[in-house]
Amino acid sequence: MEKSIHSINEKIRDGSVHVITADRMPAIVQELGEEGALREVDVVTTGTFGAMCSSGAFFNFGHSDPPLKMEHLWLNDVEAYGGIAAVDAYLGATEQSTTRGESYGGAHVLEDFVSGGSVELRAISRGTDCYPRRNITTDLHLEDLNQAVMVNPRNAYQRYNAATNTTDRTLFTYMGMLLPGCGNLTYSGAGALAPLPNDPNLRTIGSGIPIFLGGAKGMVIGEGTQHSPATGFATLMVTGDLKQMSPDFLRAATMYGYGATLYVGVGAAIPILDVDMVRSTAITDDQITVSVIDYGIPQRDRPALRSVTYADLKSGKVELRGEEVRTSPLSSYRKALQVATTLKTWVEKGEFTIALPTRHLDRTMRSRPLRETKRTPRVREIMDRQVVSVTEDELIRTAAEKLLKGETNHIPVLDRVGKLVGIVTTYDVSKAVLRPEKGGLVRDIMTRRVIRTTPEETVDIAAQKLEKNNISALPVVDSEDHVIGMLTAIDLGKLFGGRWQS
Amino acid sequence: MKLLVTFSRKKMREPIIARVVKETGVLVCIDRAQIDSAAGEVLIDVPDKEATYISERMRAMGAQVRILENAIIRDENECVDCGACISICPREVFTFDEEWKLQVSEERCVLCRRCVLACPHHALSQQE
Repeated sequence: MEKSIHSINEKIRDGSVHVITADRMPAIVQELGEEGALREVDVVTTGTFGAMCSSGAFFNFGHSDPPLKMEHLWLNDVEAYGGIAAVDAYLGATEQSTTRGESYGGAHVLEDFVSGGSVELRAISRGTDCYPRRNITTDLHLEDLNQAVMVNPRNAYQRYNAATNTTDRTLFTYMGMLLPGCGNLTYSGAGALAPLPNDPNLRTIGSGIPIFLGGAKGMVIGEGTQHSPATGFATLMVTGDLKQMSPDFLRAATMYGYGATLYVGVGAAIPILDVDMVRSTAITDDQITVSVIDYGIPQRDRPALRSVTYADLKSGKVELRGEEVRTSPLSSYRKALQVATTLKTWVEKGEFTIALPTRHLDRTMRSRPLRETKRTPRVREIMDRQVVSVTEDELIRTAAEKLLKGETNHIPVLDRVGKLVGIVTTYDVSKAVLRPEKGGLVRDIMTRRVIRTTPEETVDIAAQKLEKNNISALPVVDSEDHVIGMLTAIDLGKLFGGRWQS
Repeated sequence: MKLLVTFSRKKMREPIIARVVKETGVLVCIDRAQIDSAAGEVLIDVPDKEATYISERMRAMGAQVRILENAIIRDENECVDCGACISICPREVFTFDEEWKLQVSEERCVLCRRCVLACPHHALSQQE
């Protein structure tokens, strides 16, 4: 048996359509079988509600008198891009306020607009013959704008890798607060309720189909940026009229230490045309697998600790390195259900009909990393290879002599086999002179928790280590913990003095 | 019941908690303590029926004591029930009910403030 999109739309119009939310589909298939479910169910509604950083809106403000070409503009002190004609602009969700820091950003401007609030527009220009005015400041409500069109380059990820942190300090990431020592795990997405997992072959979700977006009727434009269906990470580019949206499904947020982002509600209504669509919409959380990524590694390709399913994640606890770790969703499953339920109501009331894609989304794309044409400097290239070291059982006096002779403030401390076990600074030695009771050997005064770097680490990351830990030198170690160099703030200066050649 | 005990260390360097425990024989659990050279703030958990007695004894020794209620305030208008607070809380104050609505067991809170920072929607605040 097969159903046509027309027959489903007929049923929507005459009110006889049978719609269910995607979370109920597995049970229906279990009860009625695939053919039975195909006869019974016409439309499956999906939903997700979570942080979608790649979101924003185009505005047209209308012309002032005398007219002005808005070359640089700010909405509540959040800069919008004005390089499109005179009074058009794009405001991105993650753009940060110039006055209120990370607690207010583009996402907050969007929420303020949608909630009916007043937003201050400030714009400047150099002035031209056709646009003589040089600046303007005015208060605007959403209804004052000619257009406010949400265009989100990347929304509704098919699935998203979970996050944890193996380091010994708390990390503040776009995946939320990650406690040290794998103290917690965060994840994003609604799992089997989300739009794309219900149509992984992209048969019914594609360009031009109507969707739920931010509480209004929106549309899929096409593939989202970083669309990577070949690896199971498809995304959508979507649009909708901001003026129709509701703060119930569009919420600004701030990830502490990362910045502003927008929580967006997105849902698709999937027509059950044939048995294949029954199968794909019967997906369950335990069939959607993601990796648990260690955000403690400051690299693009962060190591995966294990793979988990959305069922594991939603259970609230996951085993990591032999221990039970609690999980936090960053998306709201409750809101995702509300998206799917609202969409269901729209279809049932005949307010929302189904359309097939006018163009199918690419199914083979694979997202690639950035091609970097300029080499990033590595620690190896600027480190000081003259290493003065002491062993832990030497006298503090020996360390003092070496510090003086080596004209350095830091000496790495080695054990008998030459491995790094500590660090001693001139400060430690001075303290030892005043408090001799602590002992007379290097091991009595050394710092044992040594922040270190490796020759292949990028200089940016090493510099961040210095800054974060408020220190001025890092021992450079090889894979066996042998000290092969030292990196100090002075070495970093070489980058600016032109001694490092790219 | 949780009691927030504050005291100045300038006036007094008495080991008041130890002394009250010894005197009253009531075992108190110290949930959190912040003490520096000038002042101290200690959050203690005591059996409900002994709370008044303990408070009186501590006040007599010069400390200020108040019962900690509604330690964490959740703004229902801002909260979207995402659950970012759940895994970072050391005392499992936050849980989901069957409908994925966030539940707050504020009586377990020890005022660590992690959730206040971590809430993406600024929906959580701590009573001062």
